[in-house]
Amino acid sequence: MLKRFALEPSRIALNLAVIFIITLWTLPTAGLLISSLRDKNDIAASGWWTALASADRNQVGRLKGMADQVEKDGKFVISGNLFEGQDAVSGKVSFFGTKVQAPGAYAAGSTADLENGQTLTVSGDGTYTLTSPTAFDNERGGRVFYISSQPPRFTTENYQTVLFSEGIGRSFINSLTVTIPATIIPILIAAFAAYALAWMKLPFRGLLIAIIVGLLVVPLQMSLIPLLKLYNAAGNFFGVPSKTYLGIWLAHTGFGLPFAIYLLRSYIAGLPKDLIESAQIDGANDFKIFRRVVLPLCFPALASFAIFQFLWVWNDLLVAIVFLGSGPDQLVLTGKLNALLGSRGGNWEILTASAFVTIIVPLVVFFSLQRYFVRGLLAGSVKGG
Amino acid sequence: MADIKLTNLNKSYGAVHILKDVNLDIKSGEFIVFVGPSGCGKSTLLRSISGLDQVTSGTLEIDKAVVNEVPPSKRGIAMVFQSYALYPHMSVFENIGFALENQGLSRAEIKKKVEAVGEMLQLTSYLTRLPKALSGGQRQRVAIGRAIVRGAKVFLFDEPLSNLDAALRVQMRMEIAKLKRDLPNTTMVYVTHDQVEAMTMADRIVVLQAGRVMQVGTPMELYENPNSTFVAGFIGSPKMNFITGAPADKLKAKTIGVRPEHFEFSKTKTDIEGTLDYTEILGSDSFLYVTTPSGMLTVREPGRTEFKTGQKLHLKPLAQHVHRFGDDDMRLTK
Repeated sequence: MLKRFALEPSRIALNLAVIFIITLWTLPTAGLLISSLRDKNDIAASGWWTALASADRNQVGRLKGMADQVEKDGKFVISGNLFEGQDAVSGKVSFFGTKVQAPGAYAAGSTADLENGQTLTVSGDGTYTLTSPTAFDNERGGRVFYISSQPPRFTTENYQTVLFSEGIGRSFINSLTVTIPATIIPILIAAFAAYALAWMKLPFRGLLIAIIVGLLVVPLQMSLIPLLKLYNAAGNFFGVPSKTYLGIWLAHTGFGLPFAIYLLRSYIAGLPKDLIESAQIDGANDFKIFRRVVLPLCFPALASFAIFQFLWVWNDLLVAIVFLGSGPDQLVLTGKLNALLGSRGGNWEILTASAFVTIIVPLVVFFSLQRYFVRGLLAGSVKGG
Repeated sequence: MADIKLTNLNKSYGAVHILKDVNLDIKSGEFIVFVGPSGCGKSTLLRSISGLDQVTSGTLEIDKAVVNEVPPSKRGIAMVFQSYALYPHMSVFENIGFALENQGLSRAEIKKKVEAVGEMLQLTSYLTRLPKALSGGQRQRVAIGRAIVRGAKVFLFDEPLSNLDAALRVQMRMEIAKLKRDLPNTTMVYVTHDQVEAMTMADRIVVLQAGRVMQVGTPMELYENPNSTFVAGFIGSPKMNFITGAPADKLKAKTIGVRPEHFEFSKTKTDIEGTLDYTEILGSDSFLYVTTPSGMLTVREPGRTEFKTGQKLHLKPLAQHVHRFGDDDMRLTK
């Protein structure tokens, strides 16, 4: 049976499409994650896909001056290590040179003949020997350009930086403070409304549903300013400041409700009529039917709306800018990222780590709730189940 | 005690008139079957009795109290749905106990009653399961259990067996018949389009057509004395043969009806002659399909048949079993 399906061309096309979509989605995410874990110098030097390979890096070192020269066999010798005084001592010199234009002129371990009979030997571990037939008279040593290959280095430093010193941690908390109530409040309201609009005999029910469907297409941008004015007027009346968490919860609730009611109503209206009638005959009132029969059965719809609303609120920048201030106690993640783009635009290690902190919550939410999309809770209730 | 009395019951959905002046007296403890073709209003009638649908006019009495405006849960009825309508997220125990929970009974009482019903329906070992882990017959029994546990005076069945396969249907038919014996004071109203279910289970059958009651009577009354061609054609399998033309004129009727088993074969020429077109041999019976000038007739012969396809047959209806119908398709009494 399975074998027969596997050979169908449409099946193959489907699988290819799935693989394509998975790649399309996974690759940038993986890139972001890997970049955020790399050393900041590595990020600047090479792409994330080379993260596991050693990176070649052009570096410059300075030889020691005349103070360290030793006379030996009639020659003056200065020896030392190019990596001395650097933190990354694990590197390996592969090429070196004395001119900035040609840092790869000599292979490591070979001897370079310099002018005035001087020779320079640099070995792989960074130790060098500079010899000269005459005494060195320069205060500071000459510069050596070399190509070192660095082994890959992974670190959580970037995360420590963004979470604790760049303010992403605080913004993370702010985002959660906005998002969790802004997801739960509309669900609470919409579930009741959806049941009433699906199963209760109300006057003007059709009209109410039509209005809700109409509200679905109202652009958020259009209603933003009137809403803010209204909220400020109400805030003045009650003596509440204009930028509060309560304000943004109400705003997100308002923007989310039409879709929530629409989605949940379609789902609840699709529950078998017999179930509701059976509960009516069993003596349950509307509230009881809602609580004991409808609510448990529409859990997949609640979960899918929760995912939608959570992601939308989490990723929202516009409403947050309008309804919340930009102080550290109110700036949400998207706003913080936006600010970082301006101030730390070149610091990729900060941006990638911040971005990954931002997407980690949506990922967790999606993967923990996605099974409700596919689970058939209705199995067994009605015929064919 | 639960008599049901319907007086001039009418039901319309907008301009569509579904039930037309339905009058019916159902006695306490009776097993009544509503039967009729699809769209005849039999389910609507049942839903009107249950209160899930409001009647447009007329009165509906249960136990001599008018219940037109009484909500379903207060009518003392229980309903078994075609789709079972079990709550999929509740165990069998919770499904059966849900109505008791709504009545505000204590946990101990609910447990006692549900377990008693579970035992009666052989569901004891399934009480903790979810409906999806049950077979079709078991689900149906749970649905019946929900009705029993409330001690309802009236059970309403809406085509409860139509989702089951043939063998299970026969078994459930017997279980419902047994249920009827066990609960002699409970009035049962049963809707079906299957005339075999109607014939085998009913105390009385109500035949409906296009929202009207065509005839009410015991299964044998309807079989032997159908009062119209519709009832005559609907009750009995295979269908009654209707013959018009010369053989009918001779009996001063527009149409005569003869059941397949009420023919005899004649050696000599008769009024009804035809060619044997096709034979169905079932072992216990054979059905002969005979083409005659007045249409295709079905003839039942016990056991095997000796006749060959294409053979000329002379048919003669048994005089005492001929049903005569007039111009209005109603039975002629003289």
